[in-house]
Amino acid sequence: MMTIQTHKAAKNETVFDLSQTSVRDLNAFLHQLPDDIPCDPVRVTHLTGDHSVVAGVDADLDVQVDGHVGYFCGGMLRQARLTINGNAGQGVGSNIETGRIHVRGDASQSAGATGRGGLLVIEGNASARCGISLKGADIVVKGNIGHLSAFMAQSGRLVVFGDTGDSLGDSLYEAHIYVRGSVTSLGADCIAKEMRDEHRKELADLLEAAGEAGRIDVNDFTRYGSARQLYNFKVDNIGAY
Amino acid sequence: MSETILPQTPPRMSATFDSYALAEIHRAAASGIYDIRGGGAKRKVPGFDDLLFLGASMSRYPLEGYREKCDTSVVLGTRFAKKPIELKIPITIAGMSFGALSAAAKEALGRGAGAMGTSTTTGDGGMTPEERGQSKTLIYQYLPSRYGMNLHHLKTADAIEIVVGQGAKPGGGGMLLGQKITDRVAQMRTLPKGIDQRSACRHPDWTGADDLELKIQELREITDWEKPIYLKVGASRPYYDVALAVKSGADVVVLDGMQGGTAATQDVFIEHIGIPTLAAIRPAVQALQDLGMHRKVQLVVSGGIRNGADVAKALALGADAVAIGTAAMVALGDNDPKWEEEYQKLGTTAGAYDDWQDGRDPAGISTQTPDLMKRLDPVEGGRRLANYLSVLTLETQTIARACGHNHVHNLEPEDLVALTVEAAAMAQVPLAGTGWIPGKTAL
Repeated sequence: MMTIQTHKAAKNETVFDLSQTSVRDLNAFLHQLPDDIPCDPVRVTHLTGDHSVVAGVDADLDVQVDGHVGYFCGGMLRQARLTINGNAGQGVGSNIETGRIHVRGDASQSAGATGRGGLLVIEGNASARCGISLKGADIVVKGNIGHLSAFMAQSGRLVVFGDTGDSLGDSLYEAHIYVRGSVTSLGADCIAKEMRDEHRKELADLLEAAGEAGRIDVNDFTRYGSARQLYNFKVDNIGAY
Repeated sequence: MSETILPQTPPRMSATFDSYALAEIHRAAASGIYDIRGGGAKRKVPGFDDLLFLGASMSRYPLEGYREKCDTSVVLGTRFAKKPIELKIPITIAGMSFGALSAAAKEALGRGAGAMGTSTTTGDGGMTPEERGQSKTLIYQYLPSRYGMNLHHLKTADAIEIVVGQGAKPGGGGMLLGQKITDRVAQMRTLPKGIDQRSACRHPDWTGADDLELKIQELREITDWEKPIYLKVGASRPYYDVALAVKSGADVVVLDGMQGGTAATQDVFIEHIGIPTLAAIRPAVQALQDLGMHRKVQLVVSGGIRNGADVAKALALGADAVAIGTAAMVALGDNDPKWEEEYQKLGTTAGAYDDWQDGRDPAGISTQTPDLMKRLDPVEGGRRLANYLSVLTLETQTIARACGHNHVHNLEPEDLVALTVEAAAMAQVPLAGTGWIPGKTAL
């Protein structure tokens, strides 16, 4: 049974207490927002690592999640602005299409996997496969990221304030990667590239979107991208496969 | 005095180094590249032809062929989904991508399937308007690459099929060569035009059955638990794969044997990895039975289905439905002898053409080249496919009636015998004329 409480601190706030109601009720509510209930923002409380929180939401509203979430929070998000006031489990923002997800804590592996648009900001660290198979989304990680991040990333941007694990950008297509810290190793066909003015501008815009405008020098970052040597199969490249 | 001429030892070809093996060695030595092709396994493996039905006689009562009803309907996805898939026939169209196939070919598949009340399936590369528009029931494949995947398409699909693998290449990804990556294909896949497009072999955001359970939960939440979730696996370890699929929460398991086709992969992969369809069905059914889920989680079998006898045999062994891919392409006109002259120019012949990856298909099906694509009329193609599906259905009913069944799902292993020891062991039915099931009963 869905329980909806109007929070006193914000007139139009709708609170979902997950100790009293289910993720299913929450998502069903977010998929068909009622006209007669003020619900911007929606606040979700009393989480216990619940999975699939805010799944497949396509609505122009703010959602505040107060606690740690499990797998696939914010999957396939459109339009909405989701803030997770805690850590996020595997696959946060998987296939995000538009909108914004802000993780105040750390994120587990495959953060932003296959993301097509929108912005994912992670205040802490992200684990392995961050931005794997990225297809147009932007990801800003203010800590470190794990191995095989941006694997087969096709489009979009990945910004990392800290260090990266092994095989960054393996089999990269046209995604842009900016790293301020150290890179343990680069994957196949991923190389460091010249930072030109358009890239400094692109990075500055991303930093601004992540709330870091003017606080970090874009010149501290190194740009990585595809060498485009493996785009078409050539037997001479067999050692790289 | 005439000279004695001793007879010479006649030339003898090696059974091991036969003409095909020698030609492949020559080709490999010259090119340095393995062979990439489309289609499924071409080698002879134990298959449905090694099974026969036992028609009704004294101990069984047959149904009249032209009068008594033999139902063919099937419902898929009854386990959790609010809106299961209801089909008029137990023969579905397997996933084939736009990109590998032309838009007209996808439209034709939708038309033909729709006319017969069955489903068609998207593939790697996303959903096209041509396909959605013509498919009354469309299964949306959720693949490792996630090319073209978006919330709108997921919600407009009738069911979701998570692809873990396929029979032609269990454990392998895909490759769409650059010549088929046109502007439209590139745009749908978010890739530059003209590059070789790799399809990943692993999903990007889950790695095992425990993760998959949560991925399925996410897809159910996104679609409000309305749509059935299929899980497709290539036949490799069917007992365990099916058991894990059930554990993960799938509504339907699609099991694809090594004869199942692909748009493109290495020949060595197609011919040497995975097991025949015949060998995969009984272990899969056994897994469902052991879990008490047979007929509750539906089993769709694919890989080398050609005629109604194949359909009936798959159903008799425990499948709820079958899927056809290669046969559907052939029904549209693939490998039609009328294009023989052009097949010859490509160094092949009608019936053997399998370079579906290179975009030069004379029949205009596995291509993105405009002049070739025009050769397939989607309306005519759809009609041909509907005709073919109708024949498959009639043949299946004919066999079921002969065995005394008023629904094709009532076919059972006891209706079957095997012609070979191998087939008897794999299908777990008696060798014809005996009561012997290898591994099950005493000789």
